Amino acid sequence: MQQRNRLEPYFENLAFERDDNTMVVNFGPQHPSAHGQLRLILEMEGEQIKKAHPDIGYLHRGMEKMGENMIYNEFLPTTDRMDYIAATANNYAFALAVERLLGIEDKVPRRAKVIRMMLLELNRIISHLFWLATHALDVGAMSVFLYCFREREYAMDLMEDYCGARLTHSAVRIGGVPLDLPPGWLDHLNVYLQKLPDQIKLYEGLLTENRIWRMRLEEVGVIPPEMAKQWACSGIMLRGSGIEYDIRKEEPYELYDEVDFDIPVSDRCDSYGRYLLYMEEMRQSIRILRQLIPMYKETEPELMAHAPEYISAPKEDIMTQNYSLMQHFVLVTQGMRPPVGEVYAPTESPKGELGFFIRSEGEPYAYRMKIRAPSFWHTGILQDLLPGHYLADVVTIIGSTNIVFGEIDR
Amino acid sequence: MRPYKPKDNVQKKSYYTDRFWVAPRIPEESVEDEVYKADLESLAKAVNYKKAYIMRGQLVIIIDAKDNVATLKHLKEECGYEVLSEMSAIDYLAQDGEFEIFYQLLAMSKRRRIRVKCRIKENEAIESVEPIFRSADWSEREMYDMFGIKVNNHPNLKRILMPEDWVGYPLRKTYPLHGDEAAQWYEVDKIFGKEYRDIIGPEQRDPAYVSTTDTCNFARIHHEVPRCADPNSEPEKIEVFNDDALLTETFDLKKAKIVDRNR
Repeated sequence: MQQRNRLEPYFENLAFERDDNTMVVNFGPQHPSAHGQLRLILEMEGEQIKKAHPDIGYLHRGMEKMGENMIYNEFLPTTDRMDYIAATANNYAFALAVERLLGIEDKVPRRAKVIRMMLLELNRIISHLFWLATHALDVGAMSVFLYCFREREYAMDLMEDYCGARLTHSAVRIGGVPLDLPPGWLDHLNVYLQKLPDQIKLYEGLLTENRIWRMRLEEVGVIPPEMAKQWACSGIMLRGSGIEYDIRKEEPYELYDEVDFDIPVSDRCDSYGRYLLYMEEMRQSIRILRQLIPMYKETEPELMAHAPEYISAPKEDIMTQNYSLMQHFVLVTQGMRPPVGEVYAPTESPKGELGFFIRSEGEPYAYRMKIRAPSFWHTGILQDLLPGHYLADVVTIIGSTNIVFGEIDR
Repeated sequence: MRPYKPKDNVQKKSYYTDRFWVAPRIPEESVEDEVYKADLESLAKAVNYKKAYIMRGQLVIIIDAKDNVATLKHLKEECGYEVLSEMSAIDYLAQDGEFEIFYQLLAMSKRRRIRVKCRIKENEAIESVEPIFRSADWSEREMYDMFGIKVNNHPNLKRILMPEDWVGYPLRKTYPLHGDEAAQWYEVDKIFGKEYRDIIGPEQRDPAYVSTTDTCNFARIHHEVPRCADPNSEPEKIEVFNDDALLTETFDLKKAKIVDRNR
């Protein structure tokens, strides 16, 4: 009698099949290093991958459909659930698209812009720290995970102080921000910004020259510039391939043209180059945040745009003036009616180019809402990127693409 | 009489619209920008585009559906629009019996974005642009999955987000928000078979189903009535039996102190 393969119970997650000389390995959808519900069907020859089929859709909640059946303000908290690592980036991308559709982008008060940028950059730091923690954990560096999560926790505390939520912020509204910074928040931010550079040095000390880290990352997941363009890569996936394009710099929104920051670019094209960029981007975010603190102090206290047909008046007006109350009532019960037309607004989220395409037919519900999530294409590229690599590199490559399934499946 | 509901668009609609309301339009501006002008002149040599205008700072070009490959090829090779950052469709079946397909392009060297749009009839197919832009591979699959638009010469035209045996196309305006018949019974049909629909019933099918006549579920906690009794009748007093259990203390409302405000 043939003996059963004794290893079988330990690999419950991987289904093996043999097909001629190649073996088909089913990686996921519940694999801990798949960063969510990614199912990879890998055709392997020995340890080497011959063909890869990323299979997505395990987290599909129909957000675009929901966007067509909710009034604009109602949909905003739903966007939190896309890239749940950096929720404000989604809220902001949506708010910006609607503001452009309404034509009130310039009416957003300066203080709201400064607060939004603070939140966006803080979210970028949170997201990059999370990326570094999980990526290092996947590759095998346990302690980096613990250090990164400590710093991330402080940043999340700052977010919590501002809006009360730690993960799903909804801290940006269409037309501005709902709240001013609480007293003492800027001091806390300052303390955090003073501590963080030393911590980044600590992570780099643990990783940058680490022999194992370099062996696992160098020359792994090489994306030539041509391939990056073909696959519509954006963010660090694009800049890691030597193409300098950052939407904050090239098509500036908010006050990004007033602050001073650099766009790090690497022409190494591999996972290690992308790791270096993530570290440098965190430093640049710190630099932006430092410039924003004095900018905040010079602004007027106004927080929401004045556009009575689209945006509710301030609370004082609603409570004291009859017409403001009526408009507020209509905006809450029926929703704003943007003009007929369409808009595509790209923003630079921590993952890449996050854009909302909104087609409006003049109704309070969007006629079509298409969410351009960067991770969707960064997952698609896996089918061209993985063949030729070894199974152990799959985890590194998935990690370095920084995908999050909330926004792939939407 | 039941209120009339249109079948070709079952999406949510505003419950009240003023009868004199005319929605304003975003103006379609003429092309003044030098870079866009040069691109349009160059494009005119290759294909006959129908219309071009600027909307909210981005150039929109409307073309014939059969010219889509030629247009995108020209824009990529001659004008430097080398990234297809997005493409999808809009359902206009109820109004015109057509889909509108849009391609969102980016020229990184010129910092310009273009949207190329075309329309196809419901049963027409569109030619794949995957040979020009690799990223169209997944976008076209998503478009097929969500709208049922067939794409000719696509390398792997399969559903991407929905399961492969899914019935219907979710982003069409005729598709109800809570799913159609096939969607509601998808799991039951797949696991047990269609004949089990009657045995299982809608209450068992949906774990979030809350029946108003149900007397013994969590929905009525602290208001439990005897089984099968009228849900509005007087709540039954629930005795706690594990009073003498080790290390637990039964909550007694009379002994509890209610504070006015949080510290």
